[in-house]
Amino acid sequence: MEILLEPLGYDFMVRALVTTALAAVVCAVLSCWLVLIGWSLMGDAVSHAVLPGVVLAYIVGAPFALGALVFALIAVTLIGVVRNTSRVKEDAAIGIVFSSLFALGLVLISVTPSQTDLNHIIFGNLLGVSVPDLIQVLVLGVVAFVILILKRRDLTLYAFDPTHAHAIGLSPQRLGALLLGLLALTSVVALQTVGVVLVVAMLIIPGATAYLLTDRFSRMLVIAPVISAVCSLAGIYLSYYLDTASGAMVVLTQGVVFAVVYLFSPRQGLIGTRLAKARRRKAAALATA
Amino acid sequence: MTSPAILVENVTVHYGEVRALDSAALTLDPARICGLVGMNGSGKSTLFKVIMGMIRPDAGTVRINGQSPSRARKEGGIGYVPQSEDVDWQFPLSVRDVVMMGRYGHQGFTRRASKADRAAVDEALDRVELGPYAGRQIGQLSGGQKKRAFVARGIAQGATTMLLDEPFAGVDKRSEATITRLLRELASDGCTILVSTHDLHALPQLCDEAVLLMHKVLMHGPPDVVLQPENLAMAFGLDVLERDQPDSKVSGTRTLDGKRVNH
Repeated sequence: MEILLEPLGYDFMVRALVTTALAAVVCAVLSCWLVLIGWSLMGDAVSHAVLPGVVLAYIVGAPFALGALVFALIAVTLIGVVRNTSRVKEDAAIGIVFSSLFALGLVLISVTPSQTDLNHIIFGNLLGVSVPDLIQVLVLGVVAFVILILKRRDLTLYAFDPTHAHAIGLSPQRLGALLLGLLALTSVVALQTVGVVLVVAMLIIPGATAYLLTDRFSRMLVIAPVISAVCSLAGIYLSYYLDTASGAMVVLTQGVVFAVVYLFSPRQGLIGTRLAKARRRKAAALATA
Repeated sequence: MTSPAILVENVTVHYGEVRALDSAALTLDPARICGLVGMNGSGKSTLFKVIMGMIRPDAGTVRINGQSPSRARKEGGIGYVPQSEDVDWQFPLSVRDVVMMGRYGHQGFTRRASKADRAAVDEALDRVELGPYAGRQIGQLSGGQKKRAFVARGIAQGATTMLLDEPFAGVDKRSEATITRLLRELASDGCTILVSTHDLHALPQLCDEAVLLMHKVLMHGPPDVVLQPENLAMAFGLDVLERDQPDSKVSGTRTLDGKRVNH
């Protein structure tokens, strides 16, 4: 108990825990759709491509979210243009666009005074979350979360069968755009905690982990955020006591949990399925003997 | 005079330089089952996409029950049964979840299911005899059951026009008969059904009429006439039914692609 309570004596730790828990939950919910649509690379791309937007927003004093949304849109548009109007395939288009925009962001950081602040965007600055940061993360996180939950059935339909969505009069393009917009918002939320480089982990690992544990999408939407939140809080406590980088520790914890689930999940796990196979073989051998 | 269920007038579609449909014309009366026959690349999927309004034709018009495709979609009249290979069978949804997706057009902003929605889904599941499998993950069904699950989605939707893309691919003989019976029942209830296939042997039992497609509609008539070997030969330049080879050692039928299908 003492171990859990001690860090809470520091305000910065409380803020770090609240921010991380929130970011972890929102990212995890979104990740359920990303892993099923096959948009993991897109999540990677958008979360990197928002960097110049965030830096520019910092320079002109606009909200980070606005800059991030604009650059997410630019990134997605550029990816689409390169893919559709040249012989370059989508994965290459994504790689070209996001790394170029990310580099632009790094260049902008290098020419902007007050470098320390902006470098935190890249690797996260969990323990330096200020009260205004916290409020921004809270607002964006709650907005993204509420929209995701309210529109979860449409988004799942879009992920599963966009043609049917079209056939019943919904617009798959609009649903796709909504999901990308929410991806941009969520990226900004997660920037604070783990930084641009590691956001993608929070956008993929929880959904992938939950996918190995259940055959029901509605349950994924519960399992993913719970795992993600628990891992994130555990990661922060670990980083407090081991004196390691907090954002990286959060991601590392999620990765370890994924590995455990991958090996031991009852139905999808590597060991579980191997055992079941061996059991079936043995039963078959007995039956023929 | 009632308007035709599906009216396609002189529709032309290009993909870049490639012409997928060339002044294709098709009129289908309500409550009929029509088999759309053609090789891969003959424009079958393009015609489907035009009818559903996913592609705007370069020329020509499409009407569903006298309405524009977008109007017909909004009213929930168009049901679609996808080709097996277009579906992610690992997707974590139950059979019931998939059928419920047919109701989304009838539901509010968050697509919360009402009692009526649940009743419609149960009824549709019973109709296709998948009631006992409602809780299964969709990938855990047999080939024929998978198709029936998507037909149930169209039934729950209340579709008056149904488009089925290769409904007999990967389906065994018995399931094929079940699906055929089910579609005939739906047609006798007034549903208009367009079935795309390059598998010929199932058509005469299923369809009221058949269409030969090769970028344009080459022939439209009763299946036994359209599927005459000489017509197919004329249209495709090969003898698809191999009737001249009674001593052929290999059992099975050739599809229009020249692939051999064993039964």
